Amino acid sequence: MEQLMNCQGLTKRFGYKTALDGVNLTLERGRIIGLLGPNGSGKTTLIKLLNGLLAPTSGTISINGSAPGPETKKIVSYLPERTYFNSWMKVTDILNFFCDFYEDFDRNRASDMLRRLGIDENERLGSMSKGTKEKVQLIMVMSRDAQLYCLDEPIGGVDPAARDYILQTIITNYNENASVLISTHLIADIENVLDDVIFIENGHIRLHASVDEIREQEGKSVDALFREVFRC
Amino acid sequence: MAWILDDSRPIYLQIEDLIKANIIAGVYQPGQKLPSVRDLAAEAAVNPNTMQKALTELERSGLVYTQRTSGRFITEDVSKMTELKEQIAREQIQLFLKNMEQLGLTRDDIRRLLEKEWKEES
Repeated sequence: MEQLMNCQGLTKRFGYKTALDGVNLTLERGRIIGLLGPNGSGKTTLIKLLNGLLAPTSGTISINGSAPGPETKKIVSYLPERTYFNSWMKVTDILNFFCDFYEDFDRNRASDMLRRLGIDENERLGSMSKGTKEKVQLIMVMSRDAQLYCLDEPIGGVDPAARDYILQTIITNYNENASVLISTHLIADIENVLDDVIFIENGHIRLHASVDEIREQEGKSVDALFREVFRC
Repeated sequence: MAWILDDSRPIYLQIEDLIKANIIAGVYQPGQKLPSVRDLAAEAAVNPNTMQKALTELERSGLVYTQRTSGRFITEDVSKMTELKEQIAREQIQLFLKNMEQLGLTRDDIRRLLEKEWKEES
């Protein structure tokens, strides 16, 4: 089957600062991939480029054969690092929004997950805690039948029990045609659900390997390897 | 409850060992149907590909077999179980002997201490 995502020589500069520098990267289907790197390494820049929120300075991105645009947005489900829902909105408003925007949105799946996490569909976003807002947003994103899920720091703000539920959601939604790209600092928490990891540093891909390979070759966890590679 | 896994070894190997331990302990009975890969993955809180890999290894060793349409089952072959039990016992004994050697004990010391322990137990 064709590659899900491929980028060649992908470079993004902000003024004099180079956020991504000639990145070549291929993502296969049916994988759960951790995008790991210290602060300011280019994780969010890469995810924003994949979602067409930034334009590359040079280089190309191809998702399912198309450059980022309306075609790719139909098949890429994106969880930004910050919430973009308005605080006057109720959860039902957001559900309607997603039904309108995305053909692949499964409202029943979303309602089911909201119920499981005890979130009232009539509650307004403005009256929710930061963690609950993040849960709502993640539920929306994971309730699409997308081919690529880009999750930028999905578990940072939620409590450990909700974190487990979110990881369960990622595991149970798994399908072999879709991949999930997760950027995070909380490596130890998600390590067991990852197939592959990408280490990114100063805009360069430092390592792209499977978790099993790392454990077999290094005899240590990805978390331990990360601490070693990026020691301050 | 996620299965308890350590940091040093590949996860699929640990999953394989945990399922083997469950087979021996009778948590999974001979001929019993295993949950789906997805359900097992969710239960263990690991990636479905990892679970798949562990089950493939178990199939290769003959402890688990697949029936094309109806799923995966624990073997009914009792000799396979005995074999597995002996293999695990052997690994444990080797580990034990290695630890005792690190303490500087000779085989005679080990035998004496083991017999003392058994006497006290009974």
